[in-house]
Amino acid sequence: MGLIYDRDACTGCMLCIKACSFGAIERDGDKVKFDLDKCVLCGSCEAVCPADAILIERKMIDKELIAQYKDVWVFCETVDRRLRSVALELVTKGRELADKLGENLVAVLIGHEVTSLAETLIHYGADKVIVADDKIFRDYTTDAYTITLASLIAPAKPAVVLFGATNNGRDLAPRIAARLGLGLTADCTGLDIDEERQLIQTRPAFGGNIMAEIISPYTRPQMATVRPNVFKPGEPDTSRTGEIEKFDAKINPVQVRTRVLDRVSEVTEGMKSVEEADVIVSSGRGIKDPSNLDLSRRLAELLDAAVGGSRPIVDLGWLPPTQQVGQSGRTVCPRLYIALGISGAIQHLAGMSSSDIIVAINKDPEAPIFEIADFGIVGDLFEVVPALIEEIKRLKAER
Amino acid sequence: MKIIVPVKQVPEVAEVKINPETGTLIRDGVPSILNPFDEYAVEAAIQLKEAHGGEVTIITMGPPQAVDALYKALAMGGDRAIHLTDRAFAGADTWATAFTLAQQIKKMEFDMIICGKQAIDGDTAQVGPELAELLGIPQICYVRHLEMSEDGKTVIAHRETDEGYEVVKAKLPVLITATKGLNEPRLPNIMGIMKAKKKPLEVVDAAALGVNEDLIGLKGSPTAVRKVFPPEKRSGGIKIEAEDPKEAAKQLVEFLAKKGAI
Ligand SMILES: Cc1cc2nc3c(=O)[nH]c(=O)nc-3n(C[C@H](O)[C@H](O)[C@H](O)COP(=O)(O)OP(=O)(O)OC[C@H]3O[C@@H](n4cnc5c(N)ncnc54)[C@H](O)[C@@H]3O)c2cc1C
Ligand SMILES: Nc1ncnc2c1ncn2[C@@H]1O[C@H](COP(=O)(O)O)[C@@H](O)[C@H]1O
Repeated sequence: MGLIYDRDACTGCMLCIKACSFGAIERDGDKVKFDLDKCVLCGSCEAVCPADAILIERKMIDKELIAQYKDVWVFCETVDRRLRSVALELVTKGRELADKLGENLVAVLIGHEVTSLAETLIHYGADKVIVADDKIFRDYTTDAYTITLASLIAPAKPAVVLFGATNNGRDLAPRIAARLGLGLTADCTGLDIDEERQLIQTRPAFGGNIMAEIISPYTRPQMATVRPNVFKPGEPDTSRTGEIEKFDAKINPVQVRTRVLDRVSEVTEGMKSVEEADVIVSSGRGIKDPSNLDLSRRLAELLDAAVGGSRPIVDLGWLPPTQQVGQSGRTVCPRLYIALGISGAIQHLAGMSSSDIIVAINKDPEAPIFEIADFGIVGDLFEVVPALIEEIKRLKAER
Repeated sequence: MKIIVPVKQVPEVAEVKINPETGTLIRDGVPSILNPFDEYAVEAAIQLKEAHGGEVTIITMGPPQAVDALYKALAMGGDRAIHLTDRAFAGADTWATAFTLAQQIKKMEFDMIICGKQAIDGDTAQVGPELAELLGIPQICYVRHLEMSEDGKTVIAHRETDEGYEVVKAKLPVLITATKGLNEPRLPNIMGIMKAKKKPLEVVDAAALGVNEDLIGLKGSPTAVRKVFPPEKRSGGIKIEAEDPKEAAKQLVEFLAKKGAI
């Protein structure tokens, strides 16, 4: 099982060496050799080999079985009777995928007192909304949500199921994948349908150093979690109509093995969550003192932005962990990211480098953040930010 | 209390670079480390053992050199280790990884399993929940604070949410995934490092595990990598010196207005 190399068939063209992103193939005389410890069996070499000398042994695809699966489903997460913003992003993207397949888009709405949100999902593109509305869903629990969604998915046989890559979405989706024996691609930043009607799932790996295209060729449904803020929600069409179906999951409370005793919000008043914000004003160690965060708050208020921070700021307790951007914090991709006194360490960049526009204000002209900033100001943030606040106020007054 | 900690050896991703000419990953000379989130998991397990007694078993599925990750966890204070290693395990996605780990863990007694929140090479955060499902036990993911009841039968965990955290209670057995803030992982000392090599380490291959070869490694993986490519490189744009902060601010606002960003 694995990679089979037919040394006799190999013509020594060395194309495979170029195709391998993992440096797992080396020249070996006039042939090649493989370092199987580096190989991830991605098949790039197999695809370029003109002599069919490389074979990656895979499972067989049962085409008939796969053809039975139809429609695109999206799981629409709710919190306190409202939809998470990623739900509308998924419905918009799901609509596009369903149109490519010529199939229907089904939204699954789970929560407590959320039935009225079904209309909105139809306006954004759902053909049908399945609503599971019950007080057992007031708090998210892995068990209640898994039972409900798995029992809906298994008999309905959708081709695709998408989840938002929120903390709850990333808790739920793998549970369902394991229960139904399905592939699951985490944290996608790109989704498309190919000629063979497969879902192409693009995601970053190795801290954003590399992108991978993942497929689930053998099993259906194809499941993915999708990063919030990557796909933009479309315009609602209030004249759209669709079907709303109620679903009673009939969950026995003893089936729910965890109990939520309390929910604590650290996103204090006036502080937006960085994952859902359109604009983020983020501060790093350059802000020097917690009292100076008022400066970033003032700028944030003006731009209706969330206040974020680098890891040291959060470690010092100046901002709650929910606001930390980066590899060990949140991955964000707002329309505008303003970095104040942040050096741009790789772990920070991993969490924000896919923002639409990046602005950096930093004293150090060599700071790596400037390598990815669309607009960089080399200067003292304590001089530049107050001036910036004045300028924005002036612009607003002119409008 | 018997605790199992699944750990993974990962490349230090901060040092993984892309060869700009070929677009390939340069992994030569990049050190391999114990996944940072797994350090929180190992530390949590050791602290529970110190408080309540019991045994901590570290388990990994990975190539022969992944034994170093096991030694690190043993040096921190794990009691014994299991290394699932075989060519047949190679190419496993999260499902096949969770399945393989589950086959081993099903043969063992445990009260708690503590995983890291995610492995920093793939960042999927899927193996933990998939393992919990395959073992039929509840899970609490993204835990940053953990308490045991007096009788050692239930846990109360602070689970990170998108807005803050929630306080979740569950009876054992349970699987937990550890995130930053749960504790400060200890650095192994010389004594620990020396003792680690003498602790029991069991090496298990596919035959010893007794699994169907169709369900492990690449063949057991429902997902497949079709292509890998370097990300679109972001290049820096405008960079100005703020000799006059007012002027710099003005240029920035003009830029943002033109882009429709404000
Ligand atoms: C496993 C691991 C995970 C990590 N995860 C994360 C993560 O999720 N998020 C994260 O952010 N980091 C993370 N880090 C830490 C990361 O490596 C960096 O240490 C961190 O991002 C640095 O934060 P900083 O830019 O705020 O501070 P510094 O690197 O100290 O940079 C401060 C910057 O401010 C500038 N400055 C100072 N004064 C001024 C002034 N008056 N005006 C303008 N500029 C000024 C300086 O020039 C400097 O560039 C992680 C590290 C590890 C090992
Ligand atoms: N090969 C492996 N062997 C043992 N544990 C693993 C392995 N891969 C992942 N894990 C565990 O699952 C967690 C999540 O990993 P991942 O789903 O790959 O992000 C890790 O922090 C480990 O605790």
